Amino acid sequence: MGGILNSSIARKVAMALSGLFLVLFLLQHFIINFTSVLSAESFNEISHFMGTNFIVQFLIQPILIFGVILHFVLGIVLEYRNRSARPINYVRFNGSANSSWMSRNMIYTGLVVLAFLGLHFYDFWVPEIVHKYVESHPEDPTRYYHETVAKFESPVRTGLYVLSFILLSLHLYHGFSSSFQSMGWANKYAKGLRGFTVAYAILIPLGFIFIALYHYFNNV
Amino acid sequence: MNLTLKIWRQKNATTKGKLQTYPISDISPDMSFLEMLDVLNEELIDKGEDPVVFDHDCREGICGTCSLQINGEPHGPDRAITTCQLHMRVFKDGDTITIEPFRAAAFPVIKDLMVDRDSFERIQQAGGYVSVNTSGNTQDANSIPVQKDNADNAFDAATCIGCGACVAACKNASAMLFTSAKVSQFALLPQGKVEATRRVLAMVEQMDKEGFGNCTNTGACEIECPKGISLDNIARMNREYLSASME
Repeated sequence: MGGILNSSIARKVAMALSGLFLVLFLLQHFIINFTSVLSAESFNEISHFMGTNFIVQFLIQPILIFGVILHFVLGIVLEYRNRSARPINYVRFNGSANSSWMSRNMIYTGLVVLAFLGLHFYDFWVPEIVHKYVESHPEDPTRYYHETVAKFESPVRTGLYVLSFILLSLHLYHGFSSSFQSMGWANKYAKGLRGFTVAYAILIPLGFIFIALYHYFNNV
Repeated sequence: MNLTLKIWRQKNATTKGKLQTYPISDISPDMSFLEMLDVLNEELIDKGEDPVVFDHDCREGICGTCSLQINGEPHGPDRAITTCQLHMRVFKDGDTITIEPFRAAAFPVIKDLMVDRDSFERIQQAGGYVSVNTSGNTQDANSIPVQKDNADNAFDAATCIGCGACVAACKNASAMLFTSAKVSQFALLPQGKVEATRRVLAMVEQMDKEGFGNCTNTGACEIECPKGISLDNIARMNREYLSASME
């Protein structure tokens, strides 16, 4: 990886910036999803806007996809380099004595979230693209709610969603505050910021889990 | 105390090493960890066997020479100490203690538990200094005003003894804590500001060249550091590096 990402610090900053961007995206995704619990009409209206607005579809969406790809490709590159930095492992390594499980296992929680993204794309993004741009169906602004709710009929899929969001929570628990440290943020607000990031890491994934379970039990 | 030691034995840098078991008895809880290894070595020499090679020098926690990964932690289970300050009383009679060298691609094993930490010297040489003419007309340090917080933080950073425990503790074998301490001790003082841009770029470049890993901000280095060097130094180095990169 050359050019601007040639230094370890630059790679970490790119990781932090793409991570923060995804954290912001997660919040807006949560707010939109939550409207599905409150009102089918509102959910349909917002989804229709997001699905048909030119700026969202052809400017924000490609930036988002770039952000996701940058984050996971860099994550894998960093993991590879980190492993190369210790070619012979310790026979005994007591990591839990000095660091959290979340901080030591970002690659694994990240890979689970990536696998979930695969499922999510298979469930929603790919059918949406095919519906709109391949088969060119006429727009039906009322279809979104039923399509979404139908995905949560399966207990297996709902279970996978719940599990993935637990792993996402663990990923964010370390990653969100860690991104500020990578960008050089260490001042009197750092402690408060840490509290905010931990609350975010627990509450937002919990919110997504609530939405999935709400629709599952409504379907039963 | 009677103990079982599992010690990494490796003939030289090119051969493969392995853990070897040594029972040891009548160890006083008041001994330092290194004194316990001295006792083992005397026994090995008496038996005509090769003694265990390990790093040590001042034996008072100042020089940063002693190393050792003891039961999976650099400098053992105690906090804010070097191995020479670790006492046998932290272990229990009958314990099995695993002793390995600090492991990193940039710290190759020389023999047994002794590793080559010259990579740290090369990072220091890349920019960890202030270029001053010491020909006799050096300005008195007290005549340059330094904010108290900066003086304290620079001093704290300068207490780094370069032992390498940060690298050994880090799951990525990253040298960010060491490098950031060396960057910070100058970056915070007016004397160091002149070369700040060149320094941080050169030291980080050398750190990367040596093959150390990246920082995941696990904080293990700060916990295991014998001198309690703070993670704030890493954040400061990142800030310094980012602003220097844009100049």
